[in-house]
Amino acid sequence: MTTPVKDPQARVERPDESLWKRLTRQQLFIPVAALALLVLFNLIADPSFFAVSMKENSLGNPVLSGNIISVLDNASELVILAIGMTLVTASSGGQDISVGATMAIAGSVILRMVCGSQVTADTMQMNLILAVLIGIAATMCFGAFNGALVAYFNIQPMVATLIMYTAGRSIAAWINNNQLPIINDLSFKYAGTFLPGIPVPTPIFITALVILIFWLVLKFTTLGLYTQAVGINPSSSRLNGLDPKLIKLLTYVILGVCVAVAGFIRVSRSGSINYSRIAENIEMDAILAVALGGNALSGGKFNIYGSILGAYVIQFLTTTLYKYEVPSTALPAYKAVVVILLVVLSAPVVREKLSRVKKAPVKAAKEVS
Amino acid sequence: MKMNKVLSLALAAAMALSLAACGNSGSGSNGGSVSGSNGGSVSGSNGGGSSSSGQQPTGGSTGELITVGVINNDPNESGYRTANDAAMRATFTEENGYKATFYNNNDAAQQIATAQQMVQDEVDFLLLSPASTTGWDSVLKDAQAAGTQVILFDRMLEADESMYVAAVVSDMPAEGKTAVDWLAAQGLDEYNIIHIQGHMGSDAQLGRTGALDEKVNAESNWNYVTQQTADWDEATARTIVQSVIDSKKPFNVIYAENNGMARGAVAALDAAGIKHGKDGDVIVMGFDSDKWAMEAVLNGSWNYMGLCNPMQAETVDSIIKDLAAGKQPDQKIIYTPERGFDAATITQEDVDTYGT
Repeated sequence: MTTPVKDPQARVERPDESLWKRLTRQQLFIPVAALALLVLFNLIADPSFFAVSMKENSLGNPVLSGNIISVLDNASELVILAIGMTLVTASSGGQDISVGATMAIAGSVILRMVCGSQVTADTMQMNLILAVLIGIAATMCFGAFNGALVAYFNIQPMVATLIMYTAGRSIAAWINNNQLPIINDLSFKYAGTFLPGIPVPTPIFITALVILIFWLVLKFTTLGLYTQAVGINPSSSRLNGLDPKLIKLLTYVILGVCVAVAGFIRVSRSGSINYSRIAENIEMDAILAVALGGNALSGGKFNIYGSILGAYVIQFLTTTLYKYEVPSTALPAYKAVVVILLVVLSAPVVREKLSRVKKAPVKAAKEVS
Repeated sequence: MKMNKVLSLALAAAMALSLAACGNSGSGSNGGSVSGSNGGSVSGSNGGGSSSSGQQPTGGSTGELITVGVINNDPNESGYRTANDAAMRATFTEENGYKATFYNNNDAAQQIATAQQMVQDEVDFLLLSPASTTGWDSVLKDAQAAGTQVILFDRMLEADESMYVAAVVSDMPAEGKTAVDWLAAQGLDEYNIIHIQGHMGSDAQLGRTGALDEKVNAESNWNYVTQQTADWDEATARTIVQSVIDSKKPFNVIYAENNGMARGAVAALDAAGIKHGKDGDVIVMGFDSDKWAMEAVLNGSWNYMGLCNPMQAETVDSIIKDLAAGKQPDQKIIYTPERGFDAATITQEDVDTYGT
């Protein structure tokens, strides 16, 4: 009765209810709860899951090894994709399903550049940074293509990106004349494995850097605000002087950059590529990460950190399932369970019920007394 | 500049394709769409194919050429498939007396639909590498009724032997058996195996898994540390091995059902500093025919590669020529010659001969 609140939705009768209610209404509630659940499960089932040890890799470098390191390392591509996907989702109210295919393109372009005209190259034929920049430029173009279809032709994002989803892997193969390039230069693999003398996998650093850049961009520019405005109501944001089309396009181009970075990490893990298998179905995980982060898939308000957390939760789940030797063909089924739970949990009806769940017993107890 | 070159190549290929489509009286408008649907890239990379199509209008008569429809899987699937597809395209050219239509898809339903179309177009021979072993009955019956002779290559399908004239395939169970026999000959006290399987249900997976399963069940000192499918994917294979390393279970054999997955497994071993190969603690085994994999065996980083020979094109070619001359093949099912390569005995010559 006493809590003074301005938001009519948050009006609550008792302070002890408001905590639960506030908790469940928090956007990060779902990913944090999921993560806590997974951590708890692993702690009970086998605490050694969290053990991290120091090993020496085959090049004689000391490296950290353990499930937690694997989770952080393997989630890298997904986290980076999820960031871009969040922006796209927020601005256009739809998802880009071509990220896996365009990752293949990015990887193919980068390998083509560093291998030069050779199929198997022992040394890099081009400066790596330049090659990555060309890869980024390529996927930015494809991002712009997707974005233009969505923003200027008003095509449903999923349908617009279906084009690249279908054609992307063929384009990736075509870039390398249908051959499978291999680069044996060890320094090419630094980005996907370890830098000499540094025991933490490089992808973790790259991911941290990407997160930092987006944090700065969102903090010091109006990108986040504009994206939300466009996602919530394009026409009113236009009346306020924004160009919703340009902003939608921009988010797809930004996703293109994310895709290139993720594709680069993926190919530099092995120095090779398999066009039809690389990053297969990763778009589904990226969308799932956005949903897990509590973001509405219909666009508007977004929380990029929710998506990042969501991506780590997905990788945590995958690694846990591998640890307990769940057949990898059954992994999608477990993810499906997560999706079902998510969809049900985020349904307005359930959310409403959930925020009242504590109310009922308290009321009952009161009546008894 | 590079882009320009590629673009012009693609345009040239597209033109060649459209010419081929016009010249092909039998297949009509469909001929172009079949080849085109796989993207200009594939034909574009094959200089021989497009130039021969380009010559065709001047050549004029198509009566003497044997028409073949080739249905294969996606060449991007693996290095094996790339080599297989390239060999088919290099063999069935006009110089060799063929008028060929190619179709690549990993989806059996699409393959079946296209095969049906090719039969309707009355190709002389239908060359099939089916993506799945079932569902082909009606196509095979139609082919028989239309007088189209069916030759299977690389993969088998479930049908009566009378439905096709010949099958040129790899003997997958034998490949598995050769590999397992080799492994048994290594005389380890205990075999703790990480078994990374291919796409479940595929011919290659069934054959290569079968032999190992049998041995592990029969011997008490053969154990699976884990048996997982990575669906031919390198990154998944790496994750699986990483997970075993993280759980600290001891293992000394990695049996990966193709080279790409073995490569992923080795990446995980390298990251954890586990010695592998000829003088290492873990035996690494892969399959297929990739040159880089054979080089890895040669330099001792891997122990074994089971050869799966992708070069069926020549054998198919000679069967067709024989049939055209009225000579039936001696056997229905012809196995391509295959063997295993061991780090101790492999030579540079082997790599040059068999690597693709």
